[in-house]
Amino acid sequence: MMLGLFLSNSRKQLLFFMTVGASLLMIFSAVLTYLYFIERAAGNVATMIFTADTVWYAPFNIHYSVGVDGISVVMLVLTSIIVFTGVFASWKIDPLPKEFFLWFCLLSSGVYGFFISTDLFTMFMYYEIALIPMYLLIGIWGTGKKEYAAMKLTLMLMGGSALLLVGILGIYYSSGATTMNILEIAKLHIPMKLQYYFFPLTFTGFGVLGAMFPFHTWSPDGHASAPTAVSMLHAGVLMKLGGYGCFRVAMYLMPQAAHELAWIFLILTGISVVYGAFSAIHQTDLKYINAYSSVSHCGLVLFAILMMNETAATGAILQMISHGLTTALFFALIGMIYGRTHTRLITEMGGLMKVMPFLGVSFVIAGLGSLGLPSLSGFVAEMTIFVGAFEHSDIFHRVLTILACSSIVITAVYILRMVGKFLLGKMQDPHHEHLTDATWFERISVVTLLFFMFALGSAPFWASEMIHNSVLPVIGQLIK
Amino acid sequence: MDYSSFFQMREEFSLLAVMVFLLIYDIFAGEKALKYFQPIALVLLIAHTVLNCVPRDAFHIAGGMFQYTPMQTVVKSILNMGTIIVLMQAHKFLNEDANRIKRGEFYFLTLSTLLGMYFMISSGNFLMFFIGLETASIPMATLVAFDKYNRKSAEAGVKYILSAVFASSISVFGMSLIYGSTGTLYFTDLATLITGTPLQIMAFVFFSVGLFFKISLVPFHLWTPDVYEGSQTNITSYLSVISKGAAVFVLFTLLVKVFGNLVAQWQPILYGLAVISITVANVFAIRQQNLKRFLAFSSISQAGYILLAVISGSAIGMASLVYYVLVYMFSNLAAFGVLSVIEERTGKVRMDDYNGLYQTNPRLSFVMMLALFSLAGIPPFAGFFSKFFVFSAAAAQGYYVLVFIALLNTIISLYYYLLVIKAMFLNKSENPIETVKSDFPLKLSLVVCTLGILVVGLISTIYSQISLFSFGM
Repeated sequence: MMLGLFLSNSRKQLLFFMTVGASLLMIFSAVLTYLYFIERAAGNVATMIFTADTVWYAPFNIHYSVGVDGISVVMLVLTSIIVFTGVFASWKIDPLPKEFFLWFCLLSSGVYGFFISTDLFTMFMYYEIALIPMYLLIGIWGTGKKEYAAMKLTLMLMGGSALLLVGILGIYYSSGATTMNILEIAKLHIPMKLQYYFFPLTFTGFGVLGAMFPFHTWSPDGHASAPTAVSMLHAGVLMKLGGYGCFRVAMYLMPQAAHELAWIFLILTGISVVYGAFSAIHQTDLKYINAYSSVSHCGLVLFAILMMNETAATGAILQMISHGLTTALFFALIGMIYGRTHTRLITEMGGLMKVMPFLGVSFVIAGLGSLGLPSLSGFVAEMTIFVGAFEHSDIFHRVLTILACSSIVITAVYILRMVGKFLLGKMQDPHHEHLTDATWFERISVVTLLFFMFALGSAPFWASEMIHNSVLPVIGQLIK
Repeated sequence: MDYSSFFQMREEFSLLAVMVFLLIYDIFAGEKALKYFQPIALVLLIAHTVLNCVPRDAFHIAGGMFQYTPMQTVVKSILNMGTIIVLMQAHKFLNEDANRIKRGEFYFLTLSTLLGMYFMISSGNFLMFFIGLETASIPMATLVAFDKYNRKSAEAGVKYILSAVFASSISVFGMSLIYGSTGTLYFTDLATLITGTPLQIMAFVFFSVGLFFKISLVPFHLWTPDVYEGSQTNITSYLSVISKGAAVFVLFTLLVKVFGNLVAQWQPILYGLAVISITVANVFAIRQQNLKRFLAFSSISQAGYILLAVISGSAIGMASLVYYVLVYMFSNLAAFGVLSVIEERTGKVRMDDYNGLYQTNPRLSFVMMLALFSLAGIPPFAGFFSKFFVFSAAAAQGYYVLVFIALLNTIISLYYYLLVIKAMFLNKSENPIETVKSDFPLKLSLVVCTLGILVVGLISTIYSQISLFSFGM
């Protein structure tokens, strides 16, 4: 229903409709959040609420079933924020604006559908729906070596989805389930031997999207070439699909194998965290820096999920939101700066703070949020994760946690270096002296994102409470 | 003898009536009446399809020579629809002066092959089956060589007839071995008589070659690219969809009905064939520049995917197979429709010619994109659902590794389908194909295909209806 509304709004070529559509989406998610709280306060303790279920393909027990819990609600809120700001960030898209927004809508519908579906089939379907518009979005409206990047991204993610599909079919047939509903399958037991096969497949399948080492290579190229709004949506929300899926499908349905095999994936995600951060230091292209930083931060999400306790899992979801907001803000700002300077190399810029103070200050705030300054969202998330991770008292987990913690320091290095190089210091290019600051639609986009970053950073209770309640069923499954 | 039972072969008689009527009409009608030849033919065919689309109860006549199951009506309707779409796409081509005179033959030959497929599908005896197979292949060769003054077309015709005859002779040899070892050719008797002696296994292997050739599985595929490239595009699409679809269906029923006891033998054979067909075809498709050859390899790999449903040998596999054929028909015919209109108006079939097509022909490139996405199995288009069902039919039998190999191949296939999309949408061109005008029947056919691609997946009743009949097979 909601998707229908969203799509029909966007058919019109006019930005007006797009804005209305996106704003409606914002209002919708706000209302949803409100209703969610009321429902929970009324004492509804079901795992998923607002569920709806229609039989779709009876022979395969495929239902079109939707429902939300706290995690999905916050993810939906995040998506709507980013879609809303993304529309403003791509105000002047050229050429073929109509096609751009159409694909953009398809992409967002895919993401939305993914977060609300509780059926393995529909979930997988939405996952793929979200993938394919990327090819055209990057290929047509991207910059740099866009065709290569678009192809690489699409094929790698399709590869992930191939692993995933085998995993899903495996889960369905080996559990002997009579439905593809996740909540129902969770009650059944999948034989241990089969879990050993299907857990790695499913986890890696989602992990590819979550930029898990060594399957992260699509991310820097893809993000660097994509147009601003797409980078925002992709790094901000789409990468979270990976973490969400790992948590909701792989670990929820196959807890025993998750326990047994977690160490492999912990090492891999640990590598992504540290390696991503180190790679970011080395880059000079603003978008590449941010893309590698995304690899590092999304690695942290998966890392936290694998710690398998309440605190870390809550932190993981918080990190998803926080990273979603921060990275979207980064990409938006980089897009705006690039639109003015026509270069993204930090070596060719300098002293931009003087000519565009608004963008400059926002950039610094985003950077501070990314490196975890208290009162901004990053701090809350990372703090929760590391506290959760430290609850494990064995050497293996401790060492990994300390290594992952070190990424904060590295993050500080590349963020401060980047800010120092191109915002402060001497003007490198005389042409840059006459650049203008942000226009009104750019300001809307930036201010919205900043607002939510502060909101989450200074008052994380509302979100963390919602998440905490919803994390419990999965964690309960894991501890059992 | 009671001849009334013959009239239970309703589909066959109705098609025969249409054919004979068209033949007579073409010979005796005056210049003025001939103008209406194609519309009349299409209307008659549509009437034929509509009249025969309701499945009846299973029966068999002529002592088991002719066996009918409700599922056959579904398959025959799909074939009918496909044929109508192909003929609509050929409308313009046949109205050209050079081809006008051959129009009647075109229809008559196409419909004869269709009739052959009908008999092949409904056969209850290997002789009947063989007659059907030959009726389907020999007119096909003439169709392939339809444009006989074109060297490529003539070459393709010769290639086709030689390899078809070779394949069917091996097939007949297999049948003779079956007869030698069991003393009967009736399917119902054979089901119990075939017990898995070495001779029977050999017989099966020889026999199935004929069908594998029709489905063009690797290594029986070598004729495919050349014939596809040489023949007129509408014939190519007919070959790639209708004749393949019928053959796959027959293969499935025969494997289950007749060779049910050899399951341990044919499953590994098909397993191997599926893997190499998909992989080899995909790898070869990457390097094709001629779009007809490209689609030829793509259709070989699609046939490989269909084998996944065949291997499962279950009722769900049957339903998935028929559904896959339906979806494949819409997608492939849409792609060929675009190809044929562009080839006819401009003579361009190379991939670089398609550069920048979206600028000049946005609608055609949109249809082409939908078709290719559907072939690649991207949601929400129908191809995604059909692929998913085929994979799940195989996974239900525990063939996870096979499904995995097939899925890896979908990535390769996505790559080359994206190459075409890239050419149309991303690449710039100095001299893009000029805006082509498509005639009404072609437009209609493309609209039907597009609707099929968009709707067949999302509306589950179609699949449920198909699966209702799948249990009797």
